[in-house]
Amino acid sequence: MISKRVKKVPPSGIREFFDLVLGMPEVISLGVGEPDFITPWRIREKAITALEEGLTSYTSNKGLFVLRRDIAGHYREKYSLVYDPEDEILITVGVSEALDLALRAILDPGDKVVVASPHYVAYPALVEISGGKVLPLVTTPEEGFKINISKLKNLLKLEPKAIIFNNPANPTGVHYSNEELKKIWQVLSGKKTLIISDEVYDELVYDQKHSPFSSFSQEAKKRTILLNGFSKGHAMTGFRVGFVCANKEIIEAMTKIHSFSIMCAPIIAQIAASEALLAHKDINYMQSAYRRRRDYINKELNRLGLDNKLPQGAFYCFPSIKKFKLGSLEFAKKLLFQEKVAVVPGVAFGKEFNSHVRISYANSLENLKEAIVRIEKFLAKLK
Amino acid sequence: MEEILEILENNARVSLEDLEKLTGKSQKEISRAIKDYEKKGVIVKYKTVVNRQKIKGQRGVRALIEVKVAPQKDVGFDLVAERIYRFPEVKSCYLLSGTYDLLLVVEGDDINTVASFVSEKLAPLSQVRGTATHFMLKKYKEDGVILTKLEKSQRLAITY
Repeated sequence: MISKRVKKVPPSGIREFFDLVLGMPEVISLGVGEPDFITPWRIREKAITALEEGLTSYTSNKGLFVLRRDIAGHYREKYSLVYDPEDEILITVGVSEALDLALRAILDPGDKVVVASPHYVAYPALVEISGGKVLPLVTTPEEGFKINISKLKNLLKLEPKAIIFNNPANPTGVHYSNEELKKIWQVLSGKKTLIISDEVYDELVYDQKHSPFSSFSQEAKKRTILLNGFSKGHAMTGFRVGFVCANKEIIEAMTKIHSFSIMCAPIIAQIAASEALLAHKDINYMQSAYRRRRDYINKELNRLGLDNKLPQGAFYCFPSIKKFKLGSLEFAKKLLFQEKVAVVPGVAFGKEFNSHVRISYANSLENLKEAIVRIEKFLAKLK
Repeated sequence: MEEILEILENNARVSLEDLEKLTGKSQKEISRAIKDYEKKGVIVKYKTVVNRQKIKGQRGVRALIEVKVAPQKDVGFDLVAERIYRFPEVKSCYLLSGTYDLLLVVEGDDINTVASFVSEKLAPLSQVRGTATHFMLKKYKEDGVILTKLEKSQRLAITY
């Protein structure tokens, strides 16, 4: 009954673990991939007003022009990066849809796509559903979970159609500096490979400045499909608003699919998103809260022997559990049953990462503190 | 170091150990900075925000009182303001622009106490030209804290 293409995508090995967590009361969860902040009131209030005004129709396929215009303005101001709101920006239902569209728009059956791992769960799955073939680029803790240039060079010899790049990254919290990105671009420059750059965490960068991948040169801009959205930085996950900035030809192809399968992103969510672009004070507030929690949790994890490198972006740590000699799923299950703390097993982000867990610090300081007390108790029993 | 203030403003009970972990500064540096703030009067006091509406049988009323006063030569409003804010019933006192001059927050056990404060202490002052008393009926939000209902995130306990 089900297509071979879909059947081939392996079911998530940790779905069952997720169900355990969801069914257990009083869990302190460090397993959440979304902000603990509720959407800033000014954004919510805008959505309420829009409903009251009866703004309930479709929008153009590409999305409200004002929102595209303001996104273009935001990129121009913040990154000196110019995209034409007419035909180089598309509003999508979250970055997830944007990624799906990008892959469907560019892949022919059998096309290869480099996916750096540990990776967000959707990357390899969507590549395969779109008929592509995943070329894994495994990064290691020794490399700081950053792309190794010579490994990348080797994979490029296989002439991949695209590379999916996540910066700042889920689950590692890695953020590439401008210099590091330039080195990666030097390798890619002059090739045909497209770069799908998922930058949904770009507002959550702590010690250095973020550079969009498309900002390096005209060629980089032409070959990059920049994905971003409002979920993380603006705490708007449930609104489901993402966007794509790319060259006209790609946007046109993506819009074609989007116009048949989705039509347009919900209008209320789009209106709320355009308000979000004006609400920068709220972002700063959340960003500094995350940074403090990051500093806190990083110190505590290392104190407990969960070796962790200070993450530079997003709201995740990806510490090693190697010395405790348990697989990541087993570790997570035991921690859940014994101390009621939830973390995501590293194996969810690539089979090579079975000696890591993902810890999200998008949680209140009180909860983080209590979680650390419980983890400490748990580890003491393990030894 | 302003970060310390930001953290303390939100939670005055954060320990030095936690402040160290949160800011990356050493405990020594932090306690020196806090002492300095206290000395300079940047940090005035550590207090607890109490929602008295939740205490059963709690008595007491609060009123906002607008006061029109005549400024005095050389000292402006300061002297008359001092005369007024030194009463312990006056919890807050602000000088404002607009149709009246001083805004007071006054507390008393009941309406009568506040009324007699106004009629016996405040209104008879020679510089006071007039008062308007507004009794507070309900507190929704105070100093950035919403008192009526707490919002809780409805997010799922685990997601990618």
